[in-house]
Amino acid sequence: MKPTADGGVEPQLSRDERTLVANLASELRSLLDGDTGDPLLRRLFPPAYDEEADETAYRDLMGSELLNGRREALELLARTAKQKRLSADEADAWLRALNDLRLVLGTRLDVQEDMLLDDLRPDDPRASGLAIYGWLSWLQEQLVAALSAGLEGGTSPES
Amino acid sequence: MTSTIEVEREQVRETHDVEPDRPWIVIVWNDPINLMSYVTLVFQQLFGYSRAKATTLMLQVHNEGKAVVSGGTREKAEHDVARLHARGLWATMRQD
Repeated sequence: MKPTADGGVEPQLSRDERTLVANLASELRSLLDGDTGDPLLRRLFPPAYDEEADETAYRDLMGSELLNGRREALELLARTAKQKRLSADEADAWLRALNDLRLVLGTRLDVQEDMLLDDLRPDDPRASGLAIYGWLSWLQEQLVAALSAGLEGGTSPES
Repeated sequence: MTSTIEVEREQVRETHDVEPDRPWIVIVWNDPINLMSYVTLVFQQLFGYSRAKATTLMLQVHNEGKAVVSGGTREKAEHDVARLHARGLWATMRQD
């Protein structure tokens, strides 16, 4: 991920990687049309309040806005996965969508803090999922680094 | 910021009354999925914190399990929580 002068990025990804991230985004986007109370999605919709009445009011007020924001970011990621260059807004949507993909996949795989992929047996049924999770983490890490560089005002002139 | 709020919180006495003028605090909780670098960037982006301050708060979340990242009126706290939720962070709020 190369930062650009206008706060965007240039993703340096292969065609297969772009296809993969677009497919993952489309899959999660479809999942968000279903029951958002699905335990798999619980990390996308954490409670704001301890008190149930307050929490219900928060959901009524913010719930659909938060859900729509997630849908739009995932749609944008799927739509722009092949682009050579992302604007600052598009890069921000990528960042949020990639994070949501990791939150849901990490929940499905029951990822723990100190989990080491080296300890994984090749016949572990989670192996392929964890490989994708690890790749998404790498991709998000690259994007964070590029956007952080821009935030510091330390973006290199090359774009 | 964190130390000030921590001190203030210790001084608050237990009460079940809801006092509208008591400030609300926004807490971010540790989780095994969000990247440390991402959490730091989110604190910078949403609250305008310096890299150093955002990193300190992120490490507090990581090492102590949670950190108070902002606060104020109920409306402001709720706005901040919603922005953190939009970015996938595990944030809650309560009256201090």
